[in-house]
Amino acid sequence: MSGPPGEGPVTPGPVTPGPDGPQSPGPGTPQDAGTPAIATSASGDAPPPASGGEETAQDGRQPFGRIILESIVEGNSAMVTTLAIVAAIVVGGLLIAFTDPVVLTAWSNFSANPGNAFAQAWDSAAGSYSAMFEGAIFNPHTIAAVFQQASLASALHDGYVSAVFNPLSETAVNATPLILAGLAVALAFRAGLFNIGATSQWIGGAMLATWLGFGVSLPPFIHCVVCVIGGFVGGAVIGWVVGVLKARTGAHEVIVTIMLNYVMEYLLSYLLGTSALGKPGSNDLISPNIAGSAVLPHIAGPSLRINAGFLVALAAAVGVWWLLSRSTLGFEFRTVGANPSAARAAGMSVERTWILVFLIAGGLAGLSGAAVVQGTDHFLTFQSYGTYGIDAITVALLGRARPLGTVLAALLYGGLYAGGVQMQAVTQTPASMTEVIQALIVLFVAAPAFVRALFRLRGAKAGGEGQTLAKGWSG
Amino acid sequence: MTAVASVIRAPRTVNRRLLTAAAFAVLGLVDVFVFGHLAHAGDATFGLSLPGAAVTVPSLHVPAAPVAYALGAASIVLAIGRAAVELGQRVRRVTIAAVLLFFVVALLCWADAGNAIPLNLVNLLAVALSSSIPIILGAMAGCLCERSGVINIAIEGQLLFGAFGAAVVASAFGGLWLGLVTGSLAGGLIAVLLAVFAIRYMVDQIILGVVLNVFALGLTDFLFDRVLTPYQNRLNSPATFASVKIPGLGDIPIIGPIFFDSTIFLYITYAVVILVQVGLFRTRWGLRVRAVGEHPTAADTVGIRVLGIRYRQVILGGLVAGIGGAYLTIGSVGSFGEDMSSGLGYIALAALIFGRWDPLGALGAALIFGFATSLEQILSTLGTALPSNILLMAPYVVTIVAVASRGGKIRPPKADGKPYVKA
Repeated sequence: MSGPPGEGPVTPGPVTPGPDGPQSPGPGTPQDAGTPAIATSASGDAPPPASGGEETAQDGRQPFGRIILESIVEGNSAMVTTLAIVAAIVVGGLLIAFTDPVVLTAWSNFSANPGNAFAQAWDSAAGSYSAMFEGAIFNPHTIAAVFQQASLASALHDGYVSAVFNPLSETAVNATPLILAGLAVALAFRAGLFNIGATSQWIGGAMLATWLGFGVSLPPFIHCVVCVIGGFVGGAVIGWVVGVLKARTGAHEVIVTIMLNYVMEYLLSYLLGTSALGKPGSNDLISPNIAGSAVLPHIAGPSLRINAGFLVALAAAVGVWWLLSRSTLGFEFRTVGANPSAARAAGMSVERTWILVFLIAGGLAGLSGAAVVQGTDHFLTFQSYGTYGIDAITVALLGRARPLGTVLAALLYGGLYAGGVQMQAVTQTPASMTEVIQALIVLFVAAPAFVRALFRLRGAKAGGEGQTLAKGWSG
Repeated sequence: MTAVASVIRAPRTVNRRLLTAAAFAVLGLVDVFVFGHLAHAGDATFGLSLPGAAVTVPSLHVPAAPVAYALGAASIVLAIGRAAVELGQRVRRVTIAAVLLFFVVALLCWADAGNAIPLNLVNLLAVALSSSIPIILGAMAGCLCERSGVINIAIEGQLLFGAFGAAVVASAFGGLWLGLVTGSLAGGLIAVLLAVFAIRYMVDQIILGVVLNVFALGLTDFLFDRVLTPYQNRLNSPATFASVKIPGLGDIPIIGPIFFDSTIFLYITYAVVILVQVGLFRTRWGLRVRAVGEHPTAADTVGIRVLGIRYRQVILGGLVAGIGGAYLTIGSVGSFGEDMSSGLGYIALAALIFGRWDPLGALGAALIFGFATSLEQILSTLGTALPSNILLMAPYVVTIVAVASRGGKIRPPKADGKPYVKA
């Protein structure tokens, strides 16, 4: 920590943004005020920040010192995330190995053959993880199959090439709803709000998209767009309710969102049992299939499930990035998140911001529902919402409540899901292993981040992990 | 975006008195037009004793539709009174309780009207009480924790771990009491994680709770698939606690079978609620806990160990929630199933907040949730036309209305969720 950053050459002139780019607070953002004080106090006590802090103190160039400071922190937080993933995978591997009967038998004979005990443990974990990799990224066997074909053209024609890309397609398909729902949670985090209710908004969006999908006849492209917009609107309405209740009555959003999750789950079951949303003549709680014109088109050939929903998700991520870091509204969101009192003193309407944030966040979660219905499932069941709402929280946390981070975290989760299915099929290791790994990653990410925030760079990381998250019931 | 922004008007607070009055009126109108108007002709019959009781109480016959009309009218009168007159706090609470009670009675009349099978009220209330046990214990866990200033969203995970630990140990070693203790300790384990990360590493407590719930769910799912399913007989077939009737009290008509003839878990729940209520408000221990939760700096100044108390409270809470989890397996169905707490921990959290972080308030809220669940079960056996999903939705809608109608008045412990750093 004491080396390069502190001694780095001081470049005069206009300063380029830090490695975190758009998210780094420019001059004039509300976080600015806190930085110098922190830097000064930091140089006073703990040794680690001294290098960055003294730099700032010596030449008085606050912005540049801060940027160096941030680059250190940014490097660290990428490192922390990486280490957290590695640690989670190691713990998960131990869990896989030491719940495997073969491994346990080998270890019960440890004194007779210690080598075998370790070998069996390694084989068990490695076998599971390599199956997971093959399911999530690529499977060497499929590539071999391509080269065994007579020509590339015939390989292409017979679907051998698309088989190579199938794992990646599955990863993207699994990541799509998580990106959108994760953005819904991340956006709320940035405004200091907890959106535990992505499930209810997901259901709201999925219900409206499904209803528009089978109940309305429109030309192909237009129908698809109408349904996607319907998904946004359906989720936005639910989100709006939360925002209005918070703004007008002071009801805490965590309670309201948790309660709304249950309300919407039961409402979904109820409506699927009626003619409004249910399949005529079916006793199952299931909706009719949406019309072919409402289905999101495949974008990489018919045999791969990846569809335009993935593009919608990426576009939404860009939209949220633009909103948060390039628009006045986003500035208000972040200001309210950083300090509601200061925002109010500056003439911003905190209540209006809460309502808007929940409106947009709800819409994003609703898009997630539309993407699942229109992209892959094509109908809605009483359990379609799955765990998207809860996973969205961990995705947003892992992505540090930033759009790009959320996309990457969702891709990681999507890969874990796609790989988990393969792992269960090949090695009989339950796919629920992925849930354990996900929770461990987030747990490991959370702790060191706060240790650092506490001992070295508290408050200096504007827009970073500590800042984005609200504190306590009082918001 | 600006277009959207301009549509949303400036904030305005809702007149809470009118909101409550409107809610009363809606319930009253439902009493009249749904339960009264749509009821089948004939009487509703309510059974008041269980088969085999020492003293048999005759069943109660009431004319269904007229009763529903009368109750609905009474609710509407209360709504008008509420809107017109500013009432004292005690009277306001009584009116809320009365309107809810009228609603439930009208619902029951409607459900059983003209039905040959009597609706057994004693059974209904006994089921309601026992299905409230995990919610009550979860809410007490939250109360212990949050009164000292640590938010506990991980109740769900503590219940789940408790259920898992109790089922596996009771099944593998055959000792129900051992299972109960293990369940409690398993809940405590999640609490230790919560305490260390929240107090020592100052991780945001709401986030941490959600993550711990995901962790508990993932780990129990994995172990269930990997270990419990292949060795179902050895590891996941525990016995369950039998009912213990308290001599004397258990034979009282109506009250006895509801309150004094149940598993050990119900009696533990009584003890926990009394201990938490008395402990928090009548002992030095409780005064210190509340001081730490309200104003840790002041507490520290007079020599109270803030962090020590918080660790203790969080772990105590986990032990209590673990017992609630153990109820789910060895207290009722026996074997463990994936995600078997199914959101009860979140409901316990809602009960805690609904009850304003007060043990007795949380108890009341938990009972309402438990009652709604058992009502749904009983009504579905009666085969009423009321969609069970709508009924199941009711307690959550009520919670939202309650939180919204007195949102500003629900005040958490002042330092709840704020890590304490010694100055």
